[in-house]
Amino acid sequence: MSLLRLDGVTVRFGERAALDAVDLEVAEHETVCVLGPSGSGKSTLLRVVAGLQRADAGRVLLSGNDQDGVPTHRREVGLMFQDHQLFPQRDVGGNVAFGLRMRKTGRAETERRVAELLELVGLPGAGRRAVAALSGGEQQRVALARALAPRPRLLMLDEPLGQLDRGLRERLVAELRELFGRLGTTVLAVTHDQGEAFALADRVVVMRDGRVAQTGTPLEVWQRPASEFVARFLGFDNVVAARVSGGSADTVWGRVPVPAGTSGGEHRLLVRPAGVLLVPDAREEGGLPCTVTGRTFRGDHVVVLLRPADGPQLEAACGLRGAPEVGDRVGVVFDAGEVVVLDGP
Amino acid sequence: MVLDRPEVDALRTPRRPGSRPALRQTAVRFGLMVLPLAFFGVFFAYPVSAIVLRGLKDDGRWHFGRLGEVLTDPAIGHVLWFTTWQAAASTALTLALALPGAYVFARFDFPGKRLLRAVVTVPFVLPTVVVGSAFLALLGRGGLLDELWGVRLDTTVWAILLAHVFFNYAVVVRTVGGLWAQLDPRQEEAARVLGAGRFAAWRRVTLPALAPAVAAASLMVFLFTFTSFGAVQILGGPRYATLEVEIYQQTAQLLDLPTAAVLTLVQFVAVAVLLGVHAWTVRRRESALKLVDAAHTARRPRGAAQWALLGGVLTVIALLVLVPLVVLVLRSFDGPDGYGLTFYRALASAGGSGGTFTVAPLEAIGNSLAYALAATGIALLVGGLAAAALTRRAGRLVRGFDALLMLPLGTSAVTVGFGFLITLDEPPLDLRASWILVPLAQALVGVPFVVRTMLPVLRAVDDRLREAAAVLGASPLRAWREVDLPLVGRALAVAAGFAFAVSLGEFGATVFIARPDSPTLPVAVSRLLGRAGELNYGQAMALSTILMLVCAAALLVLERIRTDRSGEF
Repeated sequence: MSLLRLDGVTVRFGERAALDAVDLEVAEHETVCVLGPSGSGKSTLLRVVAGLQRADAGRVLLSGNDQDGVPTHRREVGLMFQDHQLFPQRDVGGNVAFGLRMRKTGRAETERRVAELLELVGLPGAGRRAVAALSGGEQQRVALARALAPRPRLLMLDEPLGQLDRGLRERLVAELRELFGRLGTTVLAVTHDQGEAFALADRVVVMRDGRVAQTGTPLEVWQRPASEFVARFLGFDNVVAARVSGGSADTVWGRVPVPAGTSGGEHRLLVRPAGVLLVPDAREEGGLPCTVTGRTFRGDHVVVLLRPADGPQLEAACGLRGAPEVGDRVGVVFDAGEVVVLDGP
Repeated sequence: MVLDRPEVDALRTPRRPGSRPALRQTAVRFGLMVLPLAFFGVFFAYPVSAIVLRGLKDDGRWHFGRLGEVLTDPAIGHVLWFTTWQAAASTALTLALALPGAYVFARFDFPGKRLLRAVVTVPFVLPTVVVGSAFLALLGRGGLLDELWGVRLDTTVWAILLAHVFFNYAVVVRTVGGLWAQLDPRQEEAARVLGAGRFAAWRRVTLPALAPAVAAASLMVFLFTFTSFGAVQILGGPRYATLEVEIYQQTAQLLDLPTAAVLTLVQFVAVAVLLGVHAWTVRRRESALKLVDAAHTARRPRGAAQWALLGGVLTVIALLVLVPLVVLVLRSFDGPDGYGLTFYRALASAGGSGGTFTVAPLEAIGNSLAYALAATGIALLVGGLAAAALTRRAGRLVRGFDALLMLPLGTSAVTVGFGFLITLDEPPLDLRASWILVPLAQALVGVPFVVRTMLPVLRAVDDRLREAAAVLGASPLRAWREVDLPLVGRALAVAAGFAFAVSLGEFGATVFIARPDSPTLPVAVSRLLGRAGELNYGQAMALSTILMLVCAAALLVLERIRTDRSGEF
């Protein structure tokens, strides 16, 4: 049985549905990341599970029990707020101990647990420090320790690493994943950062306008975005309308090969930048003639922006050597292995 | 200053009306409001409306004709005109003298600044009767100016105007200066870099940001001076009377209740309009301003011009605020046989005042303290509940309640006091013989201060902190105790101090309902001033000095607690 189940949960703010008939399951010990742009209803989802926001329709079940009418403080879930919301008038130890005090844990046990958790999040002996004196990363860790302390059956994270700088973020993602695995914590996190979601999650749920757009493992979602929206949200912009017949498709970019087994008819096609191959001379090789309009250095590769004679711009991923200059004229051919047929809108 | 953060509110997820938590919340809010509503209903609306009804209704018939008769009476017209123009003049004079002070307190650092800020606030919480006597000692017969140059101002309007400036200097300095100190100086610097001159930068950037605060402060000063009673009663002589003084005379001396009722209505309407405008400017003031920590915007004055400005402001404070207080103290020691404690000794015996009192005037100290403590308790309870209920912004109804809480500040205290006498003397509320009557009346003026001090702080508490506590297992009540209470503890102490000080100084209502054998300090001072003879006068000065010291002590304690100026007063 799944630990958390949402059945057709709908939340409306006036006319707008922040959540529109959302179904979601989180199994025990699983880490699920909800990914979506701001305004897609991610935070509302967490608030509904925590009981801070009431659903207009649908059910929230924790360990199989309907949570309708159960107030927040009896749901035994943990929530780490986007901006931490540490209690300013308490020191670090007082913040971490808060949930234990609410559960009337004994003093000795509380102290032991606080010390243990501060150790766990890498802040040993910080119990007496004032929260105002902590750096962003340290506040983050204290908020995590505070949420973990009462051993919630479900830990929810709202943009857990949103405000941290990149280096710290990458390190913390690894640490969190290792920690959750070790503790066997069930986690539901929301984020707008795909890198964070893919690094943290066992399963990713992409949301759009209050609806679930796609669910799958990070690899599945990355390899086979279900819709143009998901593809674009993941940063893929080579999307074009196509008419499939036989083993290839007709597009404004010319004929593009498609994966075997694709049904005929109208589709949207995504060509990942790695599947956009440059050839030196367009006319001789029979490729699509393009002009290079931009180059962006991405560390281990270069993204080249190409303008074909007709149709939308193309992005191509090239090796550092041999990438063309802005203004060069090149030809483009497509690799069937990097072409994805998008089903949804 | 109001330090609300509207942007936090805007981000907050809207709550849908009609859903169960929203209903529960409405129920809780209503529960919290029951006591404040009952309090204002029974001890404010009921007495005031009873008085008005008694004046306008005779033998079961309405006499609206009285309205026209009173309002067209030239004598009343004179009072109305004087009330209005002296309030306008007092406000203009206060602004002219206090705005430079607001700037100096906001932007300059100088030794003794904290102490001086406490000192200029002393007059605001001083009983109006003491303010009146202080100016009498300065400008009146045998006063300092009289002795030095033979100048007497106590029969001119200047005495009233100066007393009003003295009284309200702190309102402008604290309201405007509080905001000014938190305006980011870099805004003005940005304007300078973009090519604005020093004055242009001030006029285009700082002034618009300050304007709502200036407007709010002006309105408060206008309100306080419009309803001025004690100071005008003492300094106005037979020539000058405000509406409030006229109401007192009509009620207590001429026993002309219908006229008093009409005047009460007139004042009530005027005050309601003023409060409406005030609420509007306050809401405008909450518009998004970029505020910074006040501690970082002040620096030592530089250059001759800035030192001159500081010197000028200090001189004004010395002449306007310190001199009257000092003269008051000096006069209290200046007995018939040279300086000494003659007047203070006389306070200790009932016979010393020639039959003015049946008890020793000194006992008024004990009475005042006991009454003020009880009034503070009531004001904290009622005001605290009201503030808790008003914390979450809501519809027009709640906002109306917000304004309702301010009404007692501007309603004729005389009417309230007299209303108490005629309404609370029969079962089921026969309180006439009870000591609690005085604290109840005093609490009425304390509640607005409590609400105004607590509300901005409570509203600034991020709702998500409460949510964080709930997720960690705290019930709503527990979350309030664990999150709200520690954060507002300091504001609560400040509110208590203000409530205590204004209760101590309340005069208009207390003068009606305090029993002859247990007068409060302001009532005793007023009685002494009303009697001829140097001994009575000296005793009034001595008692005023004591009252001033008690108020100042309460205020200095406040200034220690109050490191963040978050309240509105």
